[in-house]
Amino acid sequence: MTTTTGTRIRGGIGESVKRPDGIPKVIGNFAYASDLAADGMLWGATLRSPYARARVVRLDPAAALAIPGVQAILTQDDVPGRKTFGQITADQPVLVDGEARFWGEPAAVVAADDPETARLAVAAIDVEWEELEPLVDMEEALGRDEVFRYAPVRRGDPDATGTVVVEGYYEVGMQDQAPLGTEAGLAIPDGEGGVDLWVTSQWTHEDHDQIWRSLDLAPDQVRQHPTGIGGAFGAREDMSLHIHVCLLALRTGRPVKMVYNREESFPGHVHRHPARMWYRHEADADGTLVKVEAKIILDGGAYMDTTPAVVGNAVYFTTGPYRVDSVQVDGYGVRTNNPPTGAMRGFGVVQVCFAHESQMDRLAEALGMDPLELRKHNALTTGDPLPTTGQIIETPLPTVGVIEQLAAIPLPPPLDSDDPRRLPGGTGLTTTPDYVTRGVGYAVSLKNIAFSEAFDDFAEARVVLSPSGVEVHTAAVEVGQGMVTVLQQIARTALGVEQVAIVPTDTSEIGSAGSTSASRQTQMAGGAVLEAARAVRDLALEQAGGDDLTSDGVWRAGELVMTLDELCADGPISHHTRFRHPPTEEPDENGQGDLHADFAVAAHRAVVDVDAELGLVRVVQVDTAQDVGLVLNPQSVRGQIEGGILQGVGLAVMEELVLDRGIILNASFTDYLLPTFLDAPEVEMALIEEPSPWGPFGAKGMGEPPTISSTPAVVAAIRNATGLELNRVPIRPQDITGT
Amino acid sequence: MEIDRPTDLATALEALRQAPDATLLAGGTDLMVEINFGHRRPEHVIALRRVNELQEVDGTIGAGVTWARLEEGPHRALAQAARTVGSPQIRAAGTIGGNLGTASPAGDGLPFLVALDAEIELRSAAGSRRLRWDEFLTGPKLTALQPGELIHSVVLPEEIPARQEFGKVGVRNAMVISAVMACVVRYEDGRTRVAVGSAGPTTLRMGRAEEMISAEADPSAAALSEFQRLVSEEVRPITDHRSTESYRRHAAGVIARRLLERCLR
Repeated sequence: MTTTTGTRIRGGIGESVKRPDGIPKVIGNFAYASDLAADGMLWGATLRSPYARARVVRLDPAAALAIPGVQAILTQDDVPGRKTFGQITADQPVLVDGEARFWGEPAAVVAADDPETARLAVAAIDVEWEELEPLVDMEEALGRDEVFRYAPVRRGDPDATGTVVVEGYYEVGMQDQAPLGTEAGLAIPDGEGGVDLWVTSQWTHEDHDQIWRSLDLAPDQVRQHPTGIGGAFGAREDMSLHIHVCLLALRTGRPVKMVYNREESFPGHVHRHPARMWYRHEADADGTLVKVEAKIILDGGAYMDTTPAVVGNAVYFTTGPYRVDSVQVDGYGVRTNNPPTGAMRGFGVVQVCFAHESQMDRLAEALGMDPLELRKHNALTTGDPLPTTGQIIETPLPTVGVIEQLAAIPLPPPLDSDDPRRLPGGTGLTTTPDYVTRGVGYAVSLKNIAFSEAFDDFAEARVVLSPSGVEVHTAAVEVGQGMVTVLQQIARTALGVEQVAIVPTDTSEIGSAGSTSASRQTQMAGGAVLEAARAVRDLALEQAGGDDLTSDGVWRAGELVMTLDELCADGPISHHTRFRHPPTEEPDENGQGDLHADFAVAAHRAVVDVDAELGLVRVVQVDTAQDVGLVLNPQSVRGQIEGGILQGVGLAVMEELVLDRGIILNASFTDYLLPTFLDAPEVEMALIEEPSPWGPFGAKGMGEPPTISSTPAVVAAIRNATGLELNRVPIRPQDITGT
Repeated sequence: MEIDRPTDLATALEALRQAPDATLLAGGTDLMVEINFGHRRPEHVIALRRVNELQEVDGTIGAGVTWARLEEGPHRALAQAARTVGSPQIRAAGTIGGNLGTASPAGDGLPFLVALDAEIELRSAAGSRRLRWDEFLTGPKLTALQPGELIHSVVLPEEIPARQEFGKVGVRNAMVISAVMACVVRYEDGRTRVAVGSAGPTTLRMGRAEEMISAEADPSAAALSEFQRLVSEEVRPITDHRSTESYRRHAAGVIARRLLERCLR
């Protein structure tokens, strides 16, 4: 049987345990993937399509190969195994297969003695492109039936009518994850035909399963190792240079390193899906929602990536955390020649949340009702069916709680400063307080946690107790979010032993832990570590006949009966586990079923100062209340919430990849604008702890909700300040000035 | 790549005489980005940061003076502009000479120089010459700088009005390339000069708006809106990934009017 320690252990759950990577990152000692090196290493570089769609007329590497120091140039013909890759469907050629389908698609890769020679060789490749007409409009793509996934929801009476009807059309632009660390990898041949790969990844096993197929090797001939990642946010969920760098290493027999520069990083990973959404809400006069109808199109870009799963999320969270008896949705993910889209924090829910929260505000206005009262009146709670799929929600869902706790946070004082850093336009000195209007807006979101729709979602972990302490082996990837710390804390609390090391583990040493995404790793890798740690503790207690385990050893009735040395005299005590969350189902033809493993709600309130004449905005404060199940590490939770809110603010007012015929016009940090500290709002937060039925100690994943409803809250606040409709994010100055 | 690192002007000019097409490097905040993106690949670089003669800020402003120093300098509007350039690290490296050499319509230091009809002093081993700003800035990223020449300094007029204001409109509250920006200076006799950046192929002067408002000793609200309208009419912006032609037109008028209002206070 499982017991827990009676005494609180140092560095256990609930403490703001310091991150092991914190100080090294601040002082510049942390080894990111781009810092990797090996003796005799070559450098890779990539030839990319200059068009969103183009036919390769000629691609002749001979002249480039003749440059001294160039060791290999590979094209699609050189891919020995499966010629394509892709997480759900392998539809993307490893290198251009005659026709490039997005701007920046890799067409050839070079290995050379140094990065400069590699770059020169890329420029020297004799390539002729015939530009073809790109398909860049998502509605046109739908009209041509270029559909990656169609997902409908038909629930309740489609003919139900309310007395108040609100219709709206909404758009979301293409946001980039903009991880500061670009795509980077190092492949080292093992001398026996296989290869070891260190590469920026959120899910080593999923990559590995694609890589060995394209390399035409046995699975155990390819080992993918975790490495230092400078941000992910979904951008590291699909592969980038993984296969390329391995191909070059195997061809040359030497270690090969590739690092994308900033300009190629932008087309080098998937982005958030741009969306067009048509909504119709019908309600009774008292505000009770009667029906929600929606049509949602997501631009999936050139290849499938995770688009089908993103479409599912968008469709199944179309309505937000509100009870509705009739829901009719048609959701589409379409194929275009725009840059590929896939996973990004919020994963389809960001787009629909902007739409459903805009609709709720407009409905409140049409009803003459307070927008928060309308939301509370319809609030979804435990025991209700999810309005889209009909799944009965079993996890605690404090929708009313987050709204009320958010509203209880005091509002910031009125603008009383002429310090430009506190004003819209900031250091540009564009304005004075007399031109500024304040606005306040709210939004609420509902998000699934972990993988849905019958995906066999599991995480493996091995916990090993030896005299020197505890080792936790897992392939779960730390991407900067603090998972390593949280896993340590879980292991300490579960075992009672303070010395816990999280050991980087490659794909050959343990099974998959699943992706570091979908807000899932605290619950999944954390769940696996908890299960394995409890088993180790039980084994130890059983072996020693004790009732408690600490860093000293096993205790019985308050006396130490066996030290760790004695306990492990015959070797370490270890347990390996594969943790699964409650099973989920496939949707039926009407989108019905128990599709999701867990849910979380969050609410945001934004306070903005707007200079309406210039269309400039300063987001003053974004407050939040969020259900986190249980706070495992207060500082990490706060960090995730503040960072997530900043990403949501970015989508609301500045972050967008600007496209022209499928070409990104602002592929640099000069022009892809991320919020700076002067754009960062103050954040006050209320954390609600309603335990998850299956999260470790009741903890819930909490990385995505901060990004989801913060965007519509900021938009609502700008609407409140200006009286404008604002149906598109990001809001540009000209959307406010009307010029 | 060959790199010269002269520590005085004479040596720099001699290096430039021997390699007239060498790439000049000061703070590197433009050049290094271009090299990093593979847009330029200089064979020969002359690095000017150690040349003391380019560091003066007395009457003339040496081409090597950084934004960080200009932020603390005597010219209010130029200091305001300097504060908007990039991050502290960029301001510690980037120079006013680099801004002139790059000659981007979005050069943050240029509106102040243009409003004051500044002259640019160029030096070569053969001698020196001074060009008025509009002789020097010949187009977007184009200047009259000849091979063998370097930008020595900016020469400001003797009379510099105390009433001078700079403002920059961008989508982010710091570290942003402007959608549009302006500098307004007003002399005690009412003469007013307006320069607008990011709203044409080079930084532009607003001749009609200047003429109209210079005649107003104590501009009324109506005069201020007419001034705004004229600025919006006179700018020649384009639509690109940073903004639209019509927003830039509107915002140029608004920011110029607001800066004038501040000058009049």
